[in-house]
Amino acid sequence: MTRFNVNGNDVSVDVGDSTPLLWVLRDSLELTGTKYGCGMAQCGACTVHLNGRPVRSCVTPVSAVEGAAVVTIEQVGDGRIGAAVQEAWMQHDVPQCGYCQSGQVMSAVALLADNAAPTDADIDAAMVGNVCRCGTYARIRAAIKAAAARLA
Amino acid sequence: MIHPHPMHHRIGLAHQAFAGDGAEAIAEAGAAVSMSRRRFIKLAGASGLAIGLVSTGGVRAAASSGSDAAELKPDQQPNAFLHIGKNGEVTIQVNRLEFGQGSHTGLAQVLADELDADWSRVRAELAPAGDAYKDPVFGIQMTGGSNSIQNSFTQYRELGARARAMLVEAAARTWEVDVSTIRTREGRLISTDGRSADYGEMSEAAMALPVPASVTLKTPDQFRLIGKPVKRLDTPAKSTGRQFFGMDMRRAGMKTVLIARPPYFGGTVAGFDDARARAVEGVDQVMRVELDRGATGVAVVADGFWPAKVGRDHLEVRWEAPASELPDTGRLAAQFEALLVRDGLPARAGDTSGLAGAARTITADFRFPFLAHSPMEPLNALIEVGGMGAERRCDIWTGTQFQTIDQGTVAAILELEPQQVHIHTQFAGGGFGRRATPTADYLADTARVMKAWLAAGRSEPLKVVWTREDDVRGGYYRPFTMHRAEIGLGEDGGIAAWKHTIVSPSILKGTAFEAFLVKDGVDATAVEGIADTAYELPVAVSVHHPEVAVPTLWWRSVGHTHSAFVMETLIDQIAREGGRDPVELRRALLRKHPRHLAALDLAVAKSGYGEKPLPPGRAWGVAVHESFRSVVAHVVELSIEGDRPKLHHVTSAIHCNLAVNPRSVEAQVQGAVLMAIGTTLAGAEITLRDGRVEQSNFHDYTVPRMPDMPPIDVHIVPSDDPPTGVGEPGLPPMAPAIANAVYALTGEPVRSLPIPLG
Ligand code: FES
Ligand code: FES
Repeated sequence: MTRFNVNGNDVSVDVGDSTPLLWVLRDSLELTGTKYGCGMAQCGACTVHLNGRPVRSCVTPVSAVEGAAVVTIEQVGDGRIGAAVQEAWMQHDVPQCGYCQSGQVMSAVALLADNAAPTDADIDAAMVGNVCRCGTYARIRAAIKAAAARLA
Repeated sequence: MIHPHPMHHRIGLAHQAFAGDGAEAIAEAGAAVSMSRRRFIKLAGASGLAIGLVSTGGVRAAASSGSDAAELKPDQQPNAFLHIGKNGEVTIQVNRLEFGQGSHTGLAQVLADELDADWSRVRAELAPAGDAYKDPVFGIQMTGGSNSIQNSFTQYRELGARARAMLVEAAARTWEVDVSTIRTREGRLISTDGRSADYGEMSEAAMALPVPASVTLKTPDQFRLIGKPVKRLDTPAKSTGRQFFGMDMRRAGMKTVLIARPPYFGGTVAGFDDARARAVEGVDQVMRVELDRGATGVAVVADGFWPAKVGRDHLEVRWEAPASELPDTGRLAAQFEALLVRDGLPARAGDTSGLAGAARTITADFRFPFLAHSPMEPLNALIEVGGMGAERRCDIWTGTQFQTIDQGTVAAILELEPQQVHIHTQFAGGGFGRRATPTADYLADTARVMKAWLAAGRSEPLKVVWTREDDVRGGYYRPFTMHRAEIGLGEDGGIAAWKHTIVSPSILKGTAFEAFLVKDGVDATAVEGIADTAYELPVAVSVHHPEVAVPTLWWRSVGHTHSAFVMETLIDQIAREGGRDPVELRRALLRKHPRHLAALDLAVAKSGYGEKPLPPGRAWGVAVHESFRSVVAHVVELSIEGDRPKLHHVTSAIHCNLAVNPRSVEAQVQGAVLMAIGTTLAGAEITLRDGRVEQSNFHDYTVPRMPDMPPIDVHIVPSDDPPTGVGEPGLPPMAPAIANAVYALTGEPVRSLPIPLG
């Protein structure tokens, strides 16, 4: 039994210790906003915040989150930065198919939490792990800058 | 209000569902799915100008209320596409898959404009498999060929105009005034005598009226939504994790299935030991299953993805290779090279006699790798079979580009009639062609797994999921292709003769598309872009279609992925070797093609090409190409840093006639550009060694990432003509524009993708 907090709710799940957090979120807790894209930390679709830090939930065993606080795309908009990022995403019509976007938003929020005025190089470094096959990168970059401006 | 797709209730439910209490609620919402069609139509009919359920049955039932309507085809029936609730909310059925291209918003815009709807109260849904939703040009339900807007533009306008006329008629009868005294605006009917009503108030009366056989459409100056940069309807859900995809679907009691597939295409299971797999907690069943193309595999059925994955990892399967020779990229290259020197099947006639006496010749061989589509959402499908006798039905929830082909294939496997198979189209996380298989491969496999499951005496719904590794290794690639061009140049640098040979496995031979797209043995998708080039050139084209034991498929822009590269890099070489400016040569060769010239001139003018001085180490690269009836030109500024080309700026221009949604057009060009940049990067290729695919995931199959995306400006040539393709045409000219800039810097023409540098 692993106990942790997801989006403000205490949960306990009875799955094998090595089960990745991604599948606990998606299959046990039915929080399907967090996506599976590669299962090996190569695409970022599964990004969530663990105690405020971005992690790839597909390679994070559930045992590693015992007692921790996890925030997912379903709740990130409750925060000031999350709300600004999602607002910018909508202003710029960032998503195409949308499948990568939960992860993109989670990485962008983590970036802005650390760095209020990211440069292009900062954005490249923070977002390089988030693949978008549809090619929304130009609008992601613009939306991150817009969110940063709005938060300043 | 009753929704045409009860499943949509689940978006909200799943979002709130937490720690287990969601399953019952979902089962309850899902129960509506199995209610009989007649009952559903009745219920839906009671709620307003109705319907949009599944199939001709519903359309016919609704159509029978009006005499003219019976003569209109299903795709002309507003009630199959449109529902106006009593509250005035307009729900539009979109006859296409939405997988990023934006037709979900675009087609809704088109219909809503002619309807004079209030856009803030318009919603759009993806239509299930059904006759009404077949492409009006191709006669099958499909999303591909950049056709969604192109082929349904007039259809959706007429649907909107018909529904509007019915609303006006209903109001005229209610108010006992002449229709000419009523105008419409933003979801309201307004009479000259001052009375007005919301569409919702009149929708029920309107539904009872005959559908008008002909209607007058707006003129472009009357458009309120068409041609406007409207925001996408799906952006809020997709920015907040609320968008449901096929991968997210659930049904009560559902199991998750992963399939161990053979490491060779067409391989089979010689034997397997599943003791360790069955010992994994959560694994329910392990079954041998038949698969696509005569292969067999082992399906692991479990409670959730992770136990299924661990169970599969613990299987010990002895595989048998197929009897045919195992494909190997090295051997294929040698085989293809041998064919390049021989004449193939004629695809375009041309006089090549000028080659012999040419002042100079260029002989150029090109090579292009297999490419996997690798959409972000791996393939998946949820299947449920239930009911007995005439009530027997199969429901499938999946993101597919080919609903009616899938429907027929699944029906045959499960020994049902096609109308017993209900395909609920889900939003898909990309596709790029992979979800349009003539063999319906992933849905056929899903049906075969269900067949084995039923044979084992089980009946729970199954969600069959592909891992990324399954996707990268699963075949249906852009075909490995080679070209040879032998070009004879005259003293004046003019092109005297051009002999062109293509070696490319046929995508379409042996499929249902063969009758349309294979002529005299020539698969049109292998020669498009060269055999039909707009350039005034004496090019003679022949093609070889070697049989290769690797499944191949259309990959965003299909044959143009290689033909544009060949043509556009050769034009640059001819220009430079003849001392001519590459843009000027293109203009000369395209002088009879105003759309090409318009796109090229716009991109060139906006880029500053030929005027703006570039810093040392940078070069321009230009390319222009027509595909899917649109023309796109790109002008790039590039330098070479280490072993990678570095793009500093891209200026693009597209001529797609009327741009229904300029924001969407811009996004599609950006996305196509990025995907094409991806094809130039080291590691962007699928290779095979002794029958096994050597790549498996994004660590060894390169996809473009944030730093690969250059600053880009997209310009649209203004036009009021009926729209042409947008999803694909941005792709073909991008890789050659990059290659042309590399050539300008290095003096070495580029002959292959990915671009070998460093
Ligand atoms: S699914 Fe976790 S990084 Fe790709
Ligand atoms: S929006 Fe489709 S993968 Fe990013």
